[in-house]
Amino acid sequence: MSTRIVLQQADIGRALTRISHEILESNRGPDDLVILGIPTRGAVLGRRVAHLISDIAGTPVESGALDVTMYRDDLDRNPTRSPAPTQIPVSGVDGKVVVLVDDVLYSGRTIRAALDALGDVGRPRVVRLATLIDRGHRELPIRPDFVGKNLPSAQSERIYVRLDETDGVENVTIEGEDA
Amino acid sequence: MMRHLLSTRDLDREQAIGILDVAEDMAQTQHREVRKLPTLRGKTVVNLFFEDSTRTRISFEAAAKRLSADVINFQAKGSSVSKGESLKDTAQTLQAMGADAVVIRHSASGAPQTLANSGWITAGILNAGDGTHEHPTQALLDAFTIRKRLHGDASRGHDLDGLNVAIVGDVLHSRVARSNVWLLDTLGARVTLVSPPTLLPVDTSGWPVEIGYDLDEALATRPDVVMMLRIQAERMHAAFFPNAREYARRWGLDDVRVGRLDPDTIVMHPGPMNRGLEISAGAADSPRSTVREQVANGVSLRMAALYLLLSGDREDTE
Repeated sequence: MSTRIVLQQADIGRALTRISHEILESNRGPDDLVILGIPTRGAVLGRRVAHLISDIAGTPVESGALDVTMYRDDLDRNPTRSPAPTQIPVSGVDGKVVVLVDDVLYSGRTIRAALDALGDVGRPRVVRLATLIDRGHRELPIRPDFVGKNLPSAQSERIYVRLDETDGVENVTIEGEDA
Repeated sequence: MMRHLLSTRDLDREQAIGILDVAEDMAQTQHREVRKLPTLRGKTVVNLFFEDSTRTRISFEAAAKRLSADVINFQAKGSSVSKGESLKDTAQTLQAMGADAVVIRHSASGAPQTLANSGWITAGILNAGDGTHEHPTQALLDAFTIRKRLHGDASRGHDLDGLNVAIVGDVLHSRVARSNVWLLDTLGARVTLVSPPTLLPVDTSGWPVEIGYDLDEALATRPDVVMMLRIQAERMHAAFFPNAREYARRWGLDDVRVGRLDPDTIVMHPGPMNRGLEISAGAADSPRSTVREQVANGVSLRMAALYLLLSGDREDTE
């Protein structure tokens, strides 16, 4: 078992700043943007991205959290998960440009669940996907629009994203037999 | 996490708060455009009711349907049970039909426990009231309702530490009271039972409660919560009090008594209410009454219980 740090705190900050610029660029400004993070760590990242975009654009963008627990297709295969709160901006998501934010994109099943959950909340005009890490091994036809870092990995390896707000330290590590 | 939900006495503080917190999440989804969640798609929930019940059965049915489970209602009246089928045979029938959860109400205390431990059926068992034993989801939804009145949207993670709760009325026949006594104690509340001596169990020495026989005395101690119990006439085969008027006068929550309560004291009743007997119409319909909130919260709480029982890898958990 070996552990390797792939992103330090400053790297995470730079990646999020770049993602924020890219979101603004592709949307041609902050209009109609709603940033929704997927709990737990995606929600933290979503908040940060929303702050960054608000700072860059000079106008606040709406943000929130979208819990997908109740929409997962693997509830039978794992220990019971506790849902986390969903926070949708009061003005809703109808007709908006929703950017989903998660920490690690892997099989794509979380995002599939998120799309279902989003469909029960409203009907956005566009849904985009931002992820801090894309580690590959997709099991569904889902791809990210904004990526912090592509991290090719073996399926036997584990990737941990740690953030100040949830873990007290901040880095991304990869663990494997001989990484 | 949980295999069955049979009584609140089995729950520790962390588990109890865990259920209440999941119920918060469920309650939140009920304000959405689409209130149905796909979570339990393909699961079958059987409502196995050996005793009459409308509100609890409907509440469980609504909860299961909001989670996309299939619901089969089994009323013992006019069914194979009235032809003499045993609980064992009924259970094995449900097992053969592929029930994933069985919500059972039975007039015999301990029937859900029997079903859970028998090996007749692998489904998760939810006790929806057994004899005079327990009614755990009612107590949980009561705790949820109290917490919601105290903390509003910031309820998650809170217990009921230091709260004074008076449970008033027919304790003897009440499984709601028993479930509440254990749960409220676990969550840190102080419970006082107020009842005519004839309507208290013979031995309450093992219960974490204080006992009072005088409602006005109990209300003078300014409880945070007054929980009224239904007089269960259908279980009374003897004279427990001289007549309804005398009971209402001494142990009923009438308009005068409600008027003397602290402004933020809440009044609860598990329903169905005997208006004019244990609770006056004025008390039941006042802003401090949580009766309708209790019904609404019941669906969210039962969604949480079904979710916690039916999700997760059941083979691996035990």
